[in-house]
Amino acid sequence: MKYVDEFRDGDIAQQLIGKISAEMVVGREYRLMEFCGGHTHAIYRYGIPDLLPDAIRLIHGPGCPVCVLPMSRIDMAIELAVAHRVILCSYGDMLRVPGSTTSLLKSKAEGADIRMVYSVMDALTIAEENPDQQVVFFAIGFETTTPPTAIAIQQANKAKLRNFSVFCNHVLTPAAIIGILDLPEVRTEDSLKIDGIIGPAHVSAVIGSDPYNFVAQQYKIPVVISGFEPLDVLQSILMLVRQLNEHRVEVENEFTRAVTADGNLKAQALVQETLELRQEFEWRGLGFMPDSGLQIREAYCEFDTEKRFNLSNRRAKENKACECPAIIRGVKAPEECKLFGTLCTPDNPIGACMVSSEGACAAHYSYGRARVLPPTNECSS
Amino acid sequence: MKGKTKTGLNFSSGIVEMVHGSGGRAMSQLVDELFISAFDNPYLSQKNDQASFDLPAGRVVMATDSHVVSPLFFPGGDIGSLAIHGTVNDICMSGAKPYFLSAGFILEEGYPLKSLKRIVDSMALAAGEAGVTIVTGDTKVVERGNGDGVFISTTGVGVIPTGLDIAGSNVKPGDKIILSGSIGDHGVAVMSQRENLTFETTLLSDSQSLNDLVDVMVTAVPEIKCMRDPTRGGLGTTLNEIAQQSGVGIQFDEMQIPISAQVASACEFLGLDPLYIANEGKLVAFCAPEHSDQLLAVMRAHPKGWEASIIGEAVVDDHRFVQMKTAFGGSRVVDWLSGEQLPRIC
Repeated sequence: MKYVDEFRDGDIAQQLIGKISAEMVVGREYRLMEFCGGHTHAIYRYGIPDLLPDAIRLIHGPGCPVCVLPMSRIDMAIELAVAHRVILCSYGDMLRVPGSTTSLLKSKAEGADIRMVYSVMDALTIAEENPDQQVVFFAIGFETTTPPTAIAIQQANKAKLRNFSVFCNHVLTPAAIIGILDLPEVRTEDSLKIDGIIGPAHVSAVIGSDPYNFVAQQYKIPVVISGFEPLDVLQSILMLVRQLNEHRVEVENEFTRAVTADGNLKAQALVQETLELRQEFEWRGLGFMPDSGLQIREAYCEFDTEKRFNLSNRRAKENKACECPAIIRGVKAPEECKLFGTLCTPDNPIGACMVSSEGACAAHYSYGRARVLPPTNECSS
Repeated sequence: MKGKTKTGLNFSSGIVEMVHGSGGRAMSQLVDELFISAFDNPYLSQKNDQASFDLPAGRVVMATDSHVVSPLFFPGGDIGSLAIHGTVNDICMSGAKPYFLSAGFILEEGYPLKSLKRIVDSMALAAGEAGVTIVTGDTKVVERGNGDGVFISTTGVGVIPTGLDIAGSNVKPGDKIILSGSIGDHGVAVMSQRENLTFETTLLSDSQSLNDLVDVMVTAVPEIKCMRDPTRGGLGTTLNEIAQQSGVGIQFDEMQIPISAQVASACEFLGLDPLYIANEGKLVAFCAPEHSDQLLAVMRAHPKGWEASIIGEAVVDDHRFVQMKTAFGGSRVVDWLSGEQLPRIC
């Protein structure tokens, strides 16, 4: 595959591993947080933990939109489909996430009209084809998925699609990074310390690399904006290690093939036109954080599901044994949760981290659990 | 009556009607003019409620498979040929030679007879190619909206030649694993035709009967331990099933898995893992290391196994993990498929 295989080359990987190993300062640990679940997935899928020196510790961050969405918002989506009888259009991953009492998938089996879509544009088409029914798009995601939602709202407005609305749950990466870095576990206690951050390139393709300058300036932590191919991840780790060894604290851009300092100004303008900051938004594991989510502007309020159906926020009780919140904060590893691999598996997920393939628990369970179980095998070759 | 003329069924503009499943004259006409005419054999022509036949000596194998693929016609096949290939392959994965099949049809009221005939003709062709005879059948019609055009269930019987012992529980640590060809072709070909996902590809489903390939394999290496066709759930799921049944771990090498650029690309942009995409004309075989080169050679000499490759081996592992050495140089667990990658592909 052109433009893909080049970034998965095993020989170049070995060269990069050699360079990373050569940089290791004896006795030092390099604790790097990969913010995004896409990176977590890539790291496990390509077997990167096996290749890295032991001194590199990768901490999984909160960058999985499915995992950070609080149960209360899932309950609201279920209410829309069941009580308000809308056609609820959702990305596939959200369907299996457990709410307080049920999931979207179970509600679908019980008769609710819940449809998996690949794009918000599919939801627009469904609205056009079903003029007598209310169609709601369950919008989730970081800055990467926000511009398409903004375009859909504008198109719905232009086409005067009165039966279409957006249940907006878009969240912001920089706010989540502040949330993590301000955690008592990170700043005051010794239970976690982050030496550097691997930032998501797809987010920066939209917002640019400049929004991370505050991390370097205020928190004195280097950031490398990284692509999602395995060689990108290794190269970014090398860049972070070098910054740390050279006592540099900068925002560096590994993904120069698509990311600039300013990002995509047109996409930013589209989002700016239709969406605005919420005062606060609840994150699973991080609680209510100010200026961390987006809502639909007053000018487009007729497309705001929460207003159209007069939805009010509520509180939902999480399963107390589920360590998703601590795992999302990077304070615990998946295997430290009592439910991991026993009661909570990808087939029967209890916590959101086990649902999405980008969730730390699912990636760990599906790809990496041979690393954490006691070895019993002996290769016969 | 729509769909029928005085002289016979109207295969150009007729449709399936409730009377075609009622057991009366209309059903008899459908059986005569469509099924018996297409499948054309003395067993069916006797029009009994059952078929009686003799089988060669040996252990008899029976397998059944229901087919609900959507869409019914896809690049490289259709539900008719798939219904033959699915059951023939299930039978021959035991090393057996398949002989006779039954076919049960659930038809939806309103389905065009023209399309149904295309499906039935495709079944007849596939059965002829596989050397099996459809000797008995059943037809039911459900009301419009209660089906999805056509569902087909086939059951088959075959006979295992003396001396073979091929089963999922036979694998021992050290046994080699041979894959007969590229993975993911069927799932991606079907997916390319989905209403909400249509993309252009020249890729064809790999749907085919494997009994001729199996025949040369078991003739050359009767000591084959296990064979399975990685259909739903793909290669990843099949290897997990066998690891579980045999109580072994499995280690294989991503670099040895044949995969077309089209399948790899489609999986890339849809976020799917080709290890979990369905195949309908591939098999994995396990054999002792001393037989692997010979088995590989006969498979590669056959047109349905030209891309065969030794992909890995069984190992001692109480956890029964399936692990893959990635092309990138690392290793990872290849778990059971959880959830559904693609609905209704077979």
